[in-house]
Amino acid sequence: MFYREAGDFKTSYTDDNQTFPIKFDRYRYYVVLAVAFGVIPFLINDYWANAFLLPFLIYSIAAIGLNILTGYCGQVSLGTGGFMAVGAYACYKLMTAFPEVNIFFHVIAAGGITAIVCTAFGLPSLRIKGFYLAVATLAAQFFLVWLFNKVSWFYNYSASGQINAPERTVFGVPVTGANTDAWATYLFCLVFLAISAIIARNLTRGMQGRKWMAIRDMDIAAEIIGVNPLKAKLSAFAVSGFFIGISGALFFAVYLGAAEAGDSFGIQKSFLVLFMIIIGGLGSIFGSFAGAAFLVLLPVALKLVGVDMFGWPTDIVAHIQLIIVGALIIIFLIAEPHGIAQLWRVAKEKLRLWPFPH
Amino acid sequence: MPEQLVFAMEVFLNGLMAGVLYALVALGFVLIFKASGIFNYAQGVMALFSAMTLVGIMKGQVPFAHVINAIFGTDVHYFGWTVPALLAIILTVAVMVLFAWAVQKYIFRHLVGQEPIILFMATIGLAYFLEGVGDLMWNSEIKKLDVGLPQGINEAIDSYTFNIFDYGFFIDNLDIVATVIAALLVGGLVIFSQYSKEGRAMRAVADDHQAALSVGVSLNFIWIMVWSVAGFVALVAGIMWGTKSGVQFSLSLIALKALPVLMLGGFTSIPGAIVGGLIIGVGEKLFEFAIGPMVGGATENWFAYVLALIFLVFRPQGLFGEKIIERV
Repeated sequence: MFYREAGDFKTSYTDDNQTFPIKFDRYRYYVVLAVAFGVIPFLINDYWANAFLLPFLIYSIAAIGLNILTGYCGQVSLGTGGFMAVGAYACYKLMTAFPEVNIFFHVIAAGGITAIVCTAFGLPSLRIKGFYLAVATLAAQFFLVWLFNKVSWFYNYSASGQINAPERTVFGVPVTGANTDAWATYLFCLVFLAISAIIARNLTRGMQGRKWMAIRDMDIAAEIIGVNPLKAKLSAFAVSGFFIGISGALFFAVYLGAAEAGDSFGIQKSFLVLFMIIIGGLGSIFGSFAGAAFLVLLPVALKLVGVDMFGWPTDIVAHIQLIIVGALIIIFLIAEPHGIAQLWRVAKEKLRLWPFPH
Repeated sequence: MPEQLVFAMEVFLNGLMAGVLYALVALGFVLIFKASGIFNYAQGVMALFSAMTLVGIMKGQVPFAHVINAIFGTDVHYFGWTVPALLAIILTVAVMVLFAWAVQKYIFRHLVGQEPIILFMATIGLAYFLEGVGDLMWNSEIKKLDVGLPQGINEAIDSYTFNIFDYGFFIDNLDIVATVIAALLVGGLVIFSQYSKEGRAMRAVADDHQAALSVGVSLNFIWIMVWSVAGFVALVAGIMWGTKSGVQFSLSLIALKALPVLMLGGFTSIPGAIVGGLIIGVGEKLFEFAIGPMVGGATENWFAYVLALIFLVFRPQGLFGEKIIERV
C-alpha cells in the first residue's frame, strides 16, 4: 500500500541512482535524521546519554568500519581494539600538541593516522587470508596496546600511564572534559556518525564497494576480471581504519574522558565489535547500527531486569550476559547468518507485497 | 663460561618447558581442525572449564550454588565431601564427553558445509557461552588446583648444574612432569590414530569427509570422538596450567597464545604443534631476556604473534602444514 515503487516516477539518472529508491524509505530516513538531530537533544539526560546513546553512536562508527573490512571485503580482523587505541592516542597527542585547533579536526586527523597504521598491518593480507589473517591482526592488537603502555611519549610521560582528555569546545560549547552537557556530546558524536554512515553507504554501493565484494566472494576470480587485489584490500583496510580511528578518538575523548590502553582497548573490545557486526549483519550498514544498538542495550536491559527487578548479584548477571551473547552468536550463525539486517530485508520484501502476497 | 651465556641457557630451558605447555593447548586445536576443519577458538576456555569442573568435583562444590542461593534465598555451597583426584578426573572426562556430544548435536551439525570463517566465529560464541556457564556453575574466583603433581625447584638439576657452571638452574618439577605427560600424550595419540580402528576412521575423515562417509564411517561418531579427545587434551592442559598459576580466567587466554604456535607449526600437523610450541616458548623467553630490558619489558605479550606474522609472509602454510592449493 504505502511501501511501493509504483507511482514514484524517476525522471533522471540521479533519481534512479539514489540511495533510497522507495519513497517511504526516503521519508523514513529524513524522519530518523530529524528526530536524531532535532528531538533527542532536547529530551536527553545524562543517564541515557552515558548508558546507551553515546556508546551506541561510537560503536556504530566502529562497527561500520569493521563491517567494511570484514563484511564487505571479507578480511576478518581481530585488531579493532588496537586500532581504536591508535585513534584515541593520536587524538590525545594532537589535542595536547595543538590546543588551538578545533577538536573536530583532531578527530578527523586521528582517523587518518589510524588509516595509515591499519593499512600497514593490512599488508600481510596480500599473502595470507582467512583466519591466518585473523591471527595476524591479533599481532596488531597486542603489539599496539603494549606500545601505548610502554612508550611514555604516547601518554605525555604522565605518572599514572593514563591519558586524560582536556576540555575542548566546539562553537564555545565544551564537548570533552569534565563540564560537558549530554546534548553537546551527543550531537558531536552524531555528526560524526551521520557523516561516516553516508560516506560508507555511498562507498559500498559504488565501484569501490563492488570491488571489495568481488574480493570477498572469490579473490582469485576477482583478480581475473580485473580487480587489483592490492588496491582493493589495502583501500578496505584504510577506509576501515579511518572509521575505527574516529570511533576510538570519540570513545576516549568524549565518552570515557580518561583511558588506559590495556583496560579500554583490549582484546575484548575487538570481539565486541566483531559480535556487533555478526549479530547485526555482515555486509550491511544498517546491520552495523542494529548490532551496535543490540549489544549496547543488552547489558543495560539485563541489568534492569536482573539486578533491579529480581535483585540478583551483579556478577551472576554478568555471567548470564556472557551466556546470552555466546548463545546469540551461535543462534544467529545457524539460523540467520546475515544477521538482524537480513530480518529487516525480509520484512521489507514482505511489506512490498503486502497486503496481497500473491 | 661467561655468566650471560649461562643465564641464557637457563632461560632457554625454561622456554622449552613453557613451550611444552603451549604445545599441549595447540594439540587440541590440531585434532579438531584435522578431523572437521573447525578452527576451535574455544579450546582455551575448554581447558579453563575442565579445570574448574575438576576443582569443583574434587572439593564437592554444589554446581550453580550461586544461582540457587540467589533465586531461592538458600545458602548452599558444598556437599561436604571431597573426591579423590583420580575419580574426579574420570568424572571430568565424562563431563567433557557430554560437552562434545552437545556441541556436535546442537551446534556443528547445523553448520556443516559452512565456510571455515563462519565456523570459527561460532566457536568464539561457544567460548563465551562456555565461559559464562563455567563461571555460573563453579563461580569465578581463583581456585587452587592440586592433584598431587610435584611442584617446586628440582634439587637434582640445581645441584648438578651448580657443580658445572657455579650457578644452579631453576627448573620447576611441574614443568618436567608436564613435558613427560605431553610426550606420553603425543605418543598415545599417534599410536591411537595409526593403529586403532577409530583412529584410522578419524584420519579417513580428515582426508575426505565424503569418501569416508561413503565407505561407512559415521561422521557424527568421529566428530564427537574428536571433540572428546580434544576435551581430554584440554583437561590435561588445564591441570598443568591450573597447578602452575591457579584456575582463573587468564587460563582461557592461553588459547590465543596457541594460535601463533599453530601458524608456525602448520594447522594440520601434530609434530608441527609440538615444534611450534617449543619455538614460540623458547623464542619469547629469549627475546624477553635479550631485548626486553631495552624496550621496557613485557614483550611476551606480542612477540609470538609478530613472529608468526613475519613467518607467515614467507611460508603461509607453516613449517609442517600441507601446501595450500587453491582451485577456482
